Amino acid sequence: MSAAAATAKRAVRRPVSIASFAQSENVRQDDQHNEVEMLMPVVAEVFANIGITKNDIDFICSGSSDYLIGGPFSFVTALDAVGVWPPMPESHTEMDGAWALYEAWALLQEGEIDAALVYSFGRSSPGNLNEILALQLDPYYLAPLWPDPVSLAALQARALIDAGKGSEEDFAAIASRSRKDALSNPNAQVAHDIPVETLLRDEYVVSPLRRHALPPITDGAAAMVLAAGDKAREWSDKPVWISGFDHRIETHSLGARDLTSSPSTAKAADVAGVADGPIDVAELHAPFAHQEMILKEALGLDDGVTINPSGGALAANPIMSAGLIRIGEAAARIASGQAARAVAHATSGPCLQQNLVCVLEGE
Amino acid sequence: MSARTTTEELGPVTTLATPIRLDFEFTPGVAQSRFLRGLEKGKFVGQRCPTCGKVYVPSRGSCPTDGVPTTEDVDLGNVGTVTTYCVVNVPFAGQSIEIPYICAQVLLDGANISFMGLIQEIPTDEIRMGMRVEAVWVEPEELTPSLASVRYFRPSGEPDADYETYKDYL
Repeated sequence: MSAAAATAKRAVRRPVSIASFAQSENVRQDDQHNEVEMLMPVVAEVFANIGITKNDIDFICSGSSDYLIGGPFSFVTALDAVGVWPPMPESHTEMDGAWALYEAWALLQEGEIDAALVYSFGRSSPGNLNEILALQLDPYYLAPLWPDPVSLAALQARALIDAGKGSEEDFAAIASRSRKDALSNPNAQVAHDIPVETLLRDEYVVSPLRRHALPPITDGAAAMVLAAGDKAREWSDKPVWISGFDHRIETHSLGARDLTSSPSTAKAADVAGVADGPIDVAELHAPFAHQEMILKEALGLDDGVTINPSGGALAANPIMSAGLIRIGEAAARIASGQAARAVAHATSGPCLQQNLVCVLEGE
Repeated sequence: MSARTTTEELGPVTTLATPIRLDFEFTPGVAQSRFLRGLEKGKFVGQRCPTCGKVYVPSRGSCPTDGVPTTEDVDLGNVGTVTTYCVVNVPFAGQSIEIPYICAQVLLDGANISFMGLIQEIPTDEIRMGMRVEAVWVEPEELTPSLASVRYFRPSGEPDADYETYKDYL
């Protein structure tokens, strides 16, 4: 690890590497496979990448939400995709897999285990996302109004425009670039090369957000293997290290927030040590185009940073997996030598309510 | 007349009704579709694990022990063994069966996992572990890809199963 990593405000006690990553193809609706069948090939691939089996893993942590498929305890039955026999320590976060990754990373910090499997699955097609996501809001004053996530994001985009921090042209430029970059991502769901001026002729879905500024609705799954100690070197010649990691949350009350900034992202970035060295690549979980601008400012990224070369969440947004995929995509760019230091970000909740920042470094 | 109107008079709000309803499309997937299509034909279709050989019914497409796909279909018979049971005496909203009734775990012959079934055509005090039972299906024209195709299980008339044959499935 570089000396810079040691200056991260929350010191990384034990280096942990991202040893393997796999993701499913992202599709609008996978109506052929149940959750176990979606996950099985992804879990098999994440092990096969480095020639290990489930017996080499000490801990499993997953991220998913039963609300998405309306299936109680779907997070428990999903374990069938791994086959946890003999029994092994296992946990689950009702959060994007990025937070499951954080839990596994924190446990690895303790030094009692050396390897963990993290996976997540998000099937957005079985229900109505606009209704389902409304239920994560304050249950007394907000949820009964059923505000949908697009309308809430539009409030944020409008606030950004009114504050002079962004324009519809900016949003279109982000969407155009992201989906053009997604042409080189074999797992992307929406990839095309459409110029900004054409995009600006899109209809509004909820003003000021036009169709192109919205994420697609996606079914998908992802998995990752973390390694520490000897296993990190055993499973990779050039490990990708997590050099800083933090997550923060903002108030549940949208009205109490300045929606044009993301203090939780800035705080997490500070603790994770984003500014301790140059960033080559940033994979940002910005489901709505304008949110990339807010995150870029909160993370202190300059114009030289390549943002979302995978296409980001605008190319595929499997809820509960899209954040973990950002970390996997950033790690892949370090593993391939395209980047030396990268930052990955995941979000959850309305209007970037909760944010996670992960700094990755090669050797 | 002295209607109470102020908050102080009315007291704090203690209940707030916020009705919620969500509708979902169920995706059974490959393995469960085979099970459900089997029910439509009046038979139980399980799947075998290629590693440990266990047969799951219904299978979710994976062996929960080995984590590998179960791809071989296994037609199971109509007969099984009660591994455990309870007698339901409590009325509840939406109950469609007259109480008391028997709810049992049935281990179909050839399967390595039991599943829940209703037991009828027997006084509730005669149900016991090890009892051999058979499925009673709805009329052929009423068969659907649903467990509603199985009306219930009833005693098959065979002698009780030896405890050794089902002790691993309790």
